[in-house]
Amino acid sequence: MRAISCIALSVFRESVRDRVPYNLVIFAILLIASSFFLGQLTAGQDVKIIKDLGLAATAVFGLFIAIFIGIGLVSKEVERRSIYGLLAKPISRPQLILGKYAGLVLTLAVNVTVMTIALYAVLAYMTWTTAPALQTAWDAPGIDARLLKSVFLIFVELMLITALALFFSTFSTPLLSAALTLGLYIVGHFNADLRNFEKVVESKTAAWLARGLYHLLPDLSAFDVKTQVVHGLEVPAGYLALTAGYGVLYIALLLIVSILIFSRRDFK
Amino acid sequence: MPPAIAIEELTKDYAVGFWRKRPYRALDRLSISIETGEIFGFLGPNGAGKTTTLKLLMQLIFPTSGRAEILGQPVGHVATRQRIGYLAENPYYYDYLTAEELLGYFAQLFGYDAADRRKRIARLLDEVGIGGERRLQLRKFSKGMVQRVGIAQALINDPDVVFLDEPMSGLDPLGRREVRNLILRLRDQGRTVFFSSHILADAESLCSRIAVVAGGRLAAAGRVSDILAFEIRGWELIVTGVTREALALVAPGARRTSEISPGHFTIELATEPPPERVLADLIAAGGSLVSLHPIRDTLEDFFVKRVAAAGSAREMPSARD
Repeated sequence: MRAISCIALSVFRESVRDRVPYNLVIFAILLIASSFFLGQLTAGQDVKIIKDLGLAATAVFGLFIAIFIGIGLVSKEVERRSIYGLLAKPISRPQLILGKYAGLVLTLAVNVTVMTIALYAVLAYMTWTTAPALQTAWDAPGIDARLLKSVFLIFVELMLITALALFFSTFSTPLLSAALTLGLYIVGHFNADLRNFEKVVESKTAAWLARGLYHLLPDLSAFDVKTQVVHGLEVPAGYLALTAGYGVLYIALLLIVSILIFSRRDFK
Repeated sequence: MPPAIAIEELTKDYAVGFWRKRPYRALDRLSISIETGEIFGFLGPNGAGKTTTLKLLMQLIFPTSGRAEILGQPVGHVATRQRIGYLAENPYYYDYLTAEELLGYFAQLFGYDAADRRKRIARLLDEVGIGGERRLQLRKFSKGMVQRVGIAQALINDPDVVFLDEPMSGLDPLGRREVRNLILRLRDQGRTVFFSSHILADAESLCSRIAVVAGGRLAAAGRVSDILAFEIRGWELIVTGVTREALALVAPGARRTSEISPGHFTIELATEPPPERVLADLIAAGGSLVSLHPIRDTLEDFFVKRVAAAGSAREMPSARD
């Protein structure tokens, strides 16, 4: 446990000193803030736009952080050969993978927290400056705890993307890892369409293949409840638990496979 | 007591080629044993298999066949690494960390508490000659300074066995002398030092035993004094105040004569006749002695001979079909 937390803290420190996540967080906060001005242009829709943009910014900038730092976690160590010194210390390869992963999840947790606070700050200002009579036209209250449900699932999704980036980086180059992770992110959001593929194709083989792919690839659309929470619709606790459970299971499988690959790898 | 390091028939093949992979033998059935408390020099030209051996010992790569043990445990035994130090060839660490932070990070992996870490870091950085730069990020360090930090991190846990891959690389003459002294201090403390190098003078002045690898195979191993014949192969005489004609008369059997400056000669003599006789004749001819040295085999002579022999014996068998 000590080794894993040591490595995780080192990843966190590297991320903090790296300017990329800083820039992304600042940019995301600016975007959330600018949604406030955008909201002013559309009467009655302002709060909805702020929530939409705020949650989307949290998801997209979190994705950038997960991919750009995630792919470098292992491959950069291998490419620059800093892994030689590290693996000669009393740590096992599985501990290294788990520590790297935990470090980036910690970084993401901090980033998502900062972005969520920024979103709530804008929403609080909005609620404070809007007359109560006008607020009755809103689909949901300005400061709505239900937003946290969406933030929670965004965070689990980002954890899954990080595990994907880490998985690819255990055996391929940073550039290829980034392309593959981004590709899977896009495919993952359209994955649900593969489930009902037999309704649009006649070939049984194609339908069977599509269903196989549906089960193999991550179904990321399940993590997207932004529309529901923005419109004030209820997201049942059971759905949250089931989706988070699916995410955790997928992450666990990815980490196990990453460890298996990494534990057998030669560092030439 | 088991040897500090035991290597038996260690072999490593790499797959080379893009489409049709074929094995390339980087290390071929290497067997050596290193006793506790000795400084062992692992010598060989570039591409001989030195770094491959060290990577196998650190389990950065896995052997095709054979086995190796460190401190009686198979390589890869995580707990044994608590007692091992390793400096990689041309090491690279994290740009964003300072020298102190890097050592702190590694010391934490060994489980030392904060006070112990601080003491160790300060002592080691002093020892390798990193002064005020210790609070600079490593990306601002020169190659030699990174090498010094690399040596410090290899010693952070007071290891019983230290593996140093080309420890003198990138160091200036002063740095090399400091590292030589450091290695000798480690030996005096009873630690085992296994270092690879292609700089023979370092090995000659430091090692109790050496192994020479060439083309992935062990070319020779043993004590430096056993490997190098002690017998004198001739004499190098430097004289002044004589003419070339006078020299030709008194030392007709000289193997080589060269004029350093007018009237100042270096003469290489055979073992017979004895140099005293030649010297007496030279002085009688008006010359005076500057220096007289015996000529013996050096490690370099041995190295060149063995590596050349290994190369001709091998005939590229490493690229096997």
